[in-house]
Amino acid sequence: MATTTDIQNEIIENFSLFEGDMESTLFYLMDLGKKLPPMPIEHQTEDYIVKGCQSKVWVYPLFQDGKVYFEADSNTAITKGLVYLLWSIWNNQTPSAILETELFFIDKIGMSNMIGSQRSNGFAGMIKQMKLYALGFKAKSE
Amino acid sequence: MAIDIESIRNQFPILHQDVNGMPLIYFDNAATTQKPQRVIDALVKYYSLDNANIHRAAHTLASRSTTYFENTRKAIQTFINAAESEECIFTKGVTESINLVAQTWGRTFLKQGDEVLITTMEHHSNIVPWQLVCEATGAILKVIPITDSGELVMSDFDALLSERTKMVACVWVSNALGTINPVKELIAKAHAVGAKVLLDGAQACSHLEIDVQELDCDFLTISSHKLYGPTGVGVLYGKRQLLEAMPPYQGGGEMIKEVRFEKSTYNDIPYKFEAGTPNIADVIAFGEALAFINGIGKTVIAAHESNLLQYLLEGIGHVNESNNNMISLVGTAAAKISVQSFVVKGMHSFDVGMMLDAKGIAVRTGHHCTQPLMNRFGLEGTVRVSLSVYNTTAEIDVFLEHIGKLVKRSAGK
Repeated sequence: MATTTDIQNEIIENFSLFEGDMESTLFYLMDLGKKLPPMPIEHQTEDYIVKGCQSKVWVYPLFQDGKVYFEADSNTAITKGLVYLLWSIWNNQTPSAILETELFFIDKIGMSNMIGSQRSNGFAGMIKQMKLYALGFKAKSE
Repeated sequence: MAIDIESIRNQFPILHQDVNGMPLIYFDNAATTQKPQRVIDALVKYYSLDNANIHRAAHTLASRSTTYFENTRKAIQTFINAAESEECIFTKGVTESINLVAQTWGRTFLKQGDEVLITTMEHHSNIVPWQLVCEATGAILKVIPITDSGELVMSDFDALLSERTKMVACVWVSNALGTINPVKELIAKAHAVGAKVLLDGAQACSHLEIDVQELDCDFLTISSHKLYGPTGVGVLYGKRQLLEAMPPYQGGGEMIKEVRFEKSTYNDIPYKFEAGTPNIADVIAFGEALAFINGIGKTVIAAHESNLLQYLLEGIGHVNESNNNMISLVGTAAAKISVQSFVVKGMHSFDVGMMLDAKGIAVRTGHHCTQPLMNRFGLEGTVRVSLSVYNTTAEIDVFLEHIGKLVKRSAGK
């Protein structure tokens, strides 16, 4: 099982091909978003939404055999690409591994502005929400 | 007179930079305009040489800063052709100007069952203050609908207007659509039933000639930062007899005549509404912004911006011809300023905005603080291009090239 650090390093390596070119980075993100497993529509409800001013994100958590599983989606293609990356890092991890993760990949792939502008997109809120779910599952399993 | 764009652009230091490795193209002027060097210099000069509190002390610096501050008031009086400079109150922006009227005029003169008319295309700042005062007074908020092209349905306005109407609060120019509303007709009709009219001039002020006496509006709100001036400064114009009949908005220094514990008496207008030390530096710099505009001339600016809008619309037309009309324009009124909202089929406006930013192009995306308007069109948001005096057709070409690529990519999905 790859650690959250391993997965982040692999992401950074993949994005390094674009040498910081923002257009290529964004096109790649939009393509990555298409790889996100479809989220059942019945889970895309107000209970599981993280609202930004412009983009919305849905996150639905499951806890099974000590591991956390997520379903996720977004209504904008670029945010969905970032959601896919976060999903690939945290899906199938233990609550502790999620809580201990320092997300360094976002800055390294040139997308730190997506974290700064909490008001405009749901991605920053999504990170917080996923950690909160992990915290809840950790408390429940202890 | 032809416009010398290069010399204008050279006055704006911020325009000469790269964003994401590309020359900045600033197409978000309806959100805020950039500032010419003379405005920036005025701020530095004020704090370097003139800083003192105004209207109070006997010393030289205080007298100088008071004079400069009041000079801006005179400049704004001329800019909007108010009868007296005392009718121009400095606020921190259009939002505060509207809240001031709603909370003072509204709470004093609105009663249960009175009606306030607004339009579907209002910015949230001309909706929420009226909702608050209607809740407090029992007055009723009514909304004038718009057509699919983004124009007011005047027959519905006529039908809504009655002797119960006490206030018509209307945006002069829509920030999201660019529509120029027929405010002269609105004002005349509102006055015929005894209603007052507040015009939200946030977008109109940098594009249109303003003559409050000719319009006969009761209130007009203006924003400095949409007029090439600093943020944090706005103006509320009001007719003298209305301003005098209104109670103060906030209490504090400057706004009083005499303070006793039993009762205080209030200063005359405009000071009655300017409690506390105002934003002196930014007001003074705002005067420079007005001088910048006057130096070019509103007519020249309007002609340039109108050419830019025409060029943009023709360009979008060409992109659409070769791409199966993938771009839908939102806001196609006959009378418009240089603002165009649109959506790209199959692409969220947030993604369009991010992709354009990757090429150094700054546009606004989202609901533009006009959620009811977006709902009217069944949209979550739009991409908005808003053009200004320093924008060029060459910049529009770059924008069209990149939006064309995005549209092609979206079509090929």
